[in-house]
Amino acid sequence: MYPSSLIEETVVRLLREAECRLPPDVHAALRHALEIETEEMPRSQLMAILSNVDRAAERSVPMCQDTGLPVFFVRGRCDHRVLGSIRKGVARATEEIPLRPNTVDPVSRANFGSNLGEGMPPVHIELADQDRLEISVLPKGAGSENWSALGMLNPSEGMEGVRRYVIERVVRAGSRPCPPIVVGVGIGGTADMACALAKKALLRKLGSRSDDAILADLESKLQGQINSLGLGPMGLGGSTTCLGVLVEKAHCHTATLPVAVSLNCWAARKAFARVYPDGRVKFSQGGFD
Amino acid sequence: MKARSIRSPMDESEARSLRAGEIVTLSGELFTARDEAHLRILELLRSRHELPFRLEGMAVYHCGPIMRQDGTWKVVAAGPTTSARLDRLAPELIRKCRPRLLIGKGGMSSETLEAMKEVGCAYLAFPGGAAVLAADALPEVLGVHWEDLGMPEAVWHLRAENFGPLVVAMDSHGRSLFKEVEDAVRKRSVLI
Repeated sequence: MYPSSLIEETVVRLLREAECRLPPDVHAALRHALEIETEEMPRSQLMAILSNVDRAAERSVPMCQDTGLPVFFVRGRCDHRVLGSIRKGVARATEEIPLRPNTVDPVSRANFGSNLGEGMPPVHIELADQDRLEISVLPKGAGSENWSALGMLNPSEGMEGVRRYVIERVVRAGSRPCPPIVVGVGIGGTADMACALAKKALLRKLGSRSDDAILADLESKLQGQINSLGLGPMGLGGSTTCLGVLVEKAHCHTATLPVAVSLNCWAARKAFARVYPDGRVKFSQGGFD
Repeated sequence: MKARSIRSPMDESEARSLRAGEIVTLSGELFTARDEAHLRILELLRSRHELPFRLEGMAVYHCGPIMRQDGTWKVVAAGPTTSARLDRLAPELIRKCRPRLLIGKGGMSSETLEAMKEVGCAYLAFPGGAAVLAADALPEVLGVHWEDLGMPEAVWHLRAENFGPLVVAMDSHGRSLFKEVEDAVRKRSVLI
């Protein structure tokens, strides 16, 4: 029902916007960080980052050379043709923007040069009975992805255990995921679901809080505590270590408490599109809600 | 504060004059090298072959750039990669090739710091992800080696012009800002 060429075109534009322009919420959070930092070291890092963001947007080139793996989230009445169009769009975007060809075989390390491969790009599908098709993309760089973690906690550890686990993972990652980071947390589900939830959380708007009062409290508590660590921009010290903490949950087995952490670098890239049956497409980097 | 300008190639005494905490800008030559290039450099040297380029006195940039060829090569985006991935290979490379500067992000291990101390080499941190800012300071491609490794893994010989801000994060006297910050962070983390 959605012409393949329209989906393909939408994917190319989504990637171009995500790679070349920082979402408005992330940009505002970085500007705020510069306002509150007083020392020369963190200020030098944030000023360089913001200058870089402006240059990338002006020239429509990727803000970071690690253009990541494009992780897609699709919601609506999705079928195999949509997936085929997403793949075509990724190959075209890789050539046209250009994106760095990052996708390789995990064993031979062979690179097709198109950012396509077995299982690539990852597409998370949520079936929903609605006319519009929602496509979101989260290009995820390796510097932050390498610090992803899954903890299968003992249920008796509760939310205090979750809080401690997240802090421990942020401390262990240190300077390497390019702070100030965004922290996505997935609680519950199965092990694989927790990881997907943590990643999906990164799509949420910075500053937004979970509808669940306990999770909202955990988000603001973690954000305050992570920023009190003093790691700072690029791990060189300062009061801005994270730009936000976003938590999602799903029900889990009574004998488990999975918690997954997905960190995003300061270049927390994301873009959203809504494709309508009449061929209209709406784009946004701030989200629609 | 105006950042001090430094030039590459440089001699040992200048590399040793760089002190942790200082912010500098770099002009002159540098070579990009990440995982695959480090592996090939060491493989050639271990089997007593010559490298097609000389790293002595040079700056080695941990970077896998996006390049574009319009007649000549141009740097599109060239921010640093996570240097810690190279910790397994860097001490041997530093001792055998004697570069004076390493440029990257996130810092390196105490074993790498030890080799830097021995040889007289400093580690400069460029803000991770600031790829366009870096590309603007890398106006000329002087050469490329080992293109068979693929665009990000090839060794790009580049000319830098006021490349910065570069934070001297690890110096040849054994000081590492990253380690100091991480130790402090770890101490605070157990209290919260």
